[in-house]
Amino acid sequence: MSSRQMGPPTRDAFGERLAELGKSNDRIVVVDGDVADSTRTKEFFNQFPNRAWNVGIAESNLVGVGAGLAAAGKTPVIASFACFLLCNAYDQIRMGIAFPGLNAKLVGSHGGISPGEDGPSQMAVEDVALACALGGFTVIVPADSESTKALTKAMIEHDGPVYMRTGRPDAPAIYDTEPDVTLGRAITVREGKDLTIIANGLMVAEAMDAAEELAASGTEARVLDMHTVKPIDEDAISKAALETGRIVVAEEHFAHGALGAAVAMVAGRRGAVPMAFVNVGDSYSTSGQPDELFKDAGITTADIVAAAKSLL
Amino acid sequence: MSERSTQELQEIAKKIRKNILAATTEAGSGHPSSSLSGVEVATMLYFGGVLRHDPKRPEWPDRDRFILSKGHAAPLLYSVLAEAGYFSTDDLLTLRKFGSPLEGHPNMRRLPGVEASTGSLGQGLSIGIGHALAAKVDGKDYRVFVMQGDGETQEGQVWEAKMFAGNQQLDNLTLIIDRNRYQQTGKVVEIEDLDPLADKLTSFKWEVTEIDGHEMDQVSKAFDWARGVSGKPQAILASTKKGRGVSFLEKEGNYHGKPVPKEELEKAFKEIEAGLS
Ligand SMILES: Cc1ncc(C[n+]2csc(CCOP(=O)(O)OP(=O)(O)O)c2C)c(N)n1
Ligand SMILES: [Mg+2]
Repeated sequence: MSSRQMGPPTRDAFGERLAELGKSNDRIVVVDGDVADSTRTKEFFNQFPNRAWNVGIAESNLVGVGAGLAAAGKTPVIASFACFLLCNAYDQIRMGIAFPGLNAKLVGSHGGISPGEDGPSQMAVEDVALACALGGFTVIVPADSESTKALTKAMIEHDGPVYMRTGRPDAPAIYDTEPDVTLGRAITVREGKDLTIIANGLMVAEAMDAAEELAASGTEARVLDMHTVKPIDEDAISKAALETGRIVVAEEHFAHGALGAAVAMVAGRRGAVPMAFVNVGDSYSTSGQPDELFKDAGITTADIVAAAKSLL
Repeated sequence: MSERSTQELQEIAKKIRKNILAATTEAGSGHPSSSLSGVEVATMLYFGGVLRHDPKRPEWPDRDRFILSKGHAAPLLYSVLAEAGYFSTDDLLTLRKFGSPLEGHPNMRRLPGVEASTGSLGQGLSIGIGHALAAKVDGKDYRVFVMQGDGETQEGQVWEAKMFAGNQQLDNLTLIIDRNRYQQTGKVVEIEDLDPLADKLTSFKWEVTEIDGHEMDQVSKAFDWARGVSGKPQAILASTKKGRGVSFLEKEGNYHGKPVPKEELEKAFKEIEAGLS
């Protein structure tokens, strides 16, 4: 894992900010499926018991109930583990929320392979691709706790369906204080002219470490925190292609259909831009400590450095 | 039905309990309390002569199937499989460690004896139905056993499966619901009550019996009863305690998803040995 200073998990920051927002915005309601202690909606449950429902272990019903609350004018936050939320209730998301374009917020915890010892059945390595495939959805993958707070607020303020992925373990700090965020606008967390590393989630920290290593051998890497996968920041990608000529995309997700695909679709329009992709590939992980699993999957700082060097 | 006496089975159950705790404490994570509630049922299945199986031939086509639908109780499944000889009991201490096939939740592609990859709740019964249908269509006499959590029973798929199994008259299918009365965030009755559960199942064309899931003799009788039912799937509603056998787990009620601290392990072993609860 990254050598950077650790901050709280992104799920903690989400839960904390959600409860704060609940004070000033009484349209916010929460539905959770027997995992409020894991998703961290628990604080909202404690503070606003009349605006929060635990539907039990029943994700299809969870999403359907959330869809109804949205249609009735509420701003529902629908929470479970990312894998169960997206994979178990996909058609309910499609028909209940995406198709009518309702203002519902899906928040999936335990994103990626960093849930660690719990093993592959509890990990989400398909969630971002699934969410991106839904018509009209905005898809967010925050990098650390400070940006999660800002993105949680932006998610609630945004009018329309959103999926946000949060993570289980402590997240290395990228931002000292809450950054200004705009959905669909990448944050340049490091400037560079030789290549650009585009990352989100925990991979932003790995990308920052990789950029430092590359700098030691004279390569200046730009690092973009692409917290919004959809709509993707086309300007930032175009600029990266034009100004740095090479792009590495790093994400804690399967290879297909998520950040890598979204970036490639834009970069491809620019003509030939050499690209490399660092991700979980196409096979399920296993149980172990997150750093062991990152190494096994090939998504560490060293893997990003190697990918960058392959383009130079 | 069993060649082992009740007392012998109780001794095996103690061993299983201790192995569940040893493995999860060594791993530093996992679900011991959810595993402990199902010990008598799993012990009876594997050591009481209920399940027709052969640890030397985990792929034997005529074997009975046991599917642990509540996959987070993996330490229970692993402990009985190891005790039965599918792999070494030493392997239990590799639970949840990198490189070990004893993943946090059962993975059928990595460990012999695991019939289904579970861990996303609500799916095991449907898979069990698939095995039961295959037996019927192939004219085989193997039986299928599925263990489900009571919280898990809230999943919609569970009821789709129950309706289907009832209509298919799958008498080679036995469901055990581990009614330990708790789920992750609290009491089942307060979150999403299942009752009247027996009536629901009966109306779905199942035969139902309710037992104390920690009384070895009642568990044994329930499996005998299930074998005798024809034309309908059978449900055994096993009243159990989450954390059964360890007073400080039982007392907390739920103790969900937490291992016993290293310092408490000896005390827990002693209680299990003494059979206190
Ligand atoms: C589809 C799905 N939703 C949520 C979870 C998270 N989860 C793991 S265990 C658990 C509680 C299970 O309760 P129960 O079925 O009663 O089993 P017990 O632990 O009480 O034996 C939950 C909600 C999951 N594993 N799968
Ligand atoms: Mg239970």
